[in-house]
Amino acid sequence: MFSLLFKLFYTFLKIGLFTFGGGYAMIPLITEEVFKNSWVASTDILIDFIAISESTPGPFAVNIATFIGYEQAGLLGAIAATLGVIVPSFVIILLIAKAFSKFSTNIYVRGFLNGVRPVVPGIILSVGIMFVLKYVFNIENFHFRDFNIEVGSLVIFVVIFVLSRLWKKAHPVYLVAIAGILGILFFGVM
Amino acid sequence: MLNIFFTFFKIGLFTFGGGYAMIPLIHFYVVDKYKWLGEKEFVDIIAIAESTPGPIAINSATYIGYKKYGLKGSISATIGVVLPSLIIIILISVFLMEFKENQWVEYAFLGIRVGVSVLILNAGIRIYKKTEKNVLSYVLMLFGLAMVMFDLISIVFVILIGGVVGIIFSLIMKNKEVHKDV
Repeated sequence: MFSLLFKLFYTFLKIGLFTFGGGYAMIPLITEEVFKNSWVASTDILIDFIAISESTPGPFAVNIATFIGYEQAGLLGAIAATLGVIVPSFVIILLIAKAFSKFSTNIYVRGFLNGVRPVVPGIILSVGIMFVLKYVFNIENFHFRDFNIEVGSLVIFVVIFVLSRLWKKAHPVYLVAIAGILGILFFGVM
Repeated sequence: MLNIFFTFFKIGLFTFGGGYAMIPLIHFYVVDKYKWLGEKEFVDIIAIAESTPGPIAINSATYIGYKKYGLKGSISATIGVVLPSLIIIILISVFLMEFKENQWVEYAFLGIRVGVSVLILNAGIRIYKKTEKNVLSYVLMLFGLAMVMFDLISIVFVILIGGVVGIIFSLIMKNKEVHKDV
């Protein structure tokens, strides 16, 4: 039990330390770590957690850490994972607030961020593309032989994509809710 | 002190979607209502929160708490912003398994999975648009995309390599400027 709690703490510490740019930037790291440790049985469960974490109040990072921690080791697991994800921020910000006020103008810091910033959309896009391939086209790990489009999924994809382009300020909660209603309509009713 | 805890508790409770959605509410309480910080200091804090790793909510809570009441303040603000999530997600986890047995919920999630894939794709596009465009940034972006998509090296290394390349590049640029001046 103790080793699992430590593993949760340590893994989420790593995730917190290497996430630049908040929320969505964390999804690729979480996906990688969670599968490496076999903490979720399938992408389905992970993406459901992501959906719920996006649609409930509070920082996404804390929501998803609590979810996975609780699933693995109950209340203590939730606390261990959440502590892990907040400790790097907490320590780094305290150091900056205390001593390092010139932090943002330091050449090494700026250089590092200039290099990290373009990498972040690349890794988020790759995870987004992989999820779209899986949930719209049924292609997993680039095994195109299983290629098979579910018409309902394709329609939901197009509707949500177009809607999110037209209605730029739409809160993710609304888009998630609309996708859910369309899911019921296409897979349940029709 | 209790006030800073409850303020961040409210901020945690009333923002959906985290991070950036939280900034206006933090501004309302911290600058407009309680005047814990001035406008300029607030902008600086957001800049620091964005350029340090970790969730923006935690970064700004820690910083504001510290500036106001030192270490104790930063602990109260951080616990305040985290607590609503912790409670709500644990409640959902407790009920989720029973809830998911329901066929209609299952159908809804078939749609939601597609919707969330779109949200992630959009987040990538949005951040890409905000990124400065030059040869180096295109190369780094494609590097990140390829490494993760084909699962070549772990994401931590992808980020570190990006950072190191960025540092080397800025040092080279700085050197050039120095030589130009001479």
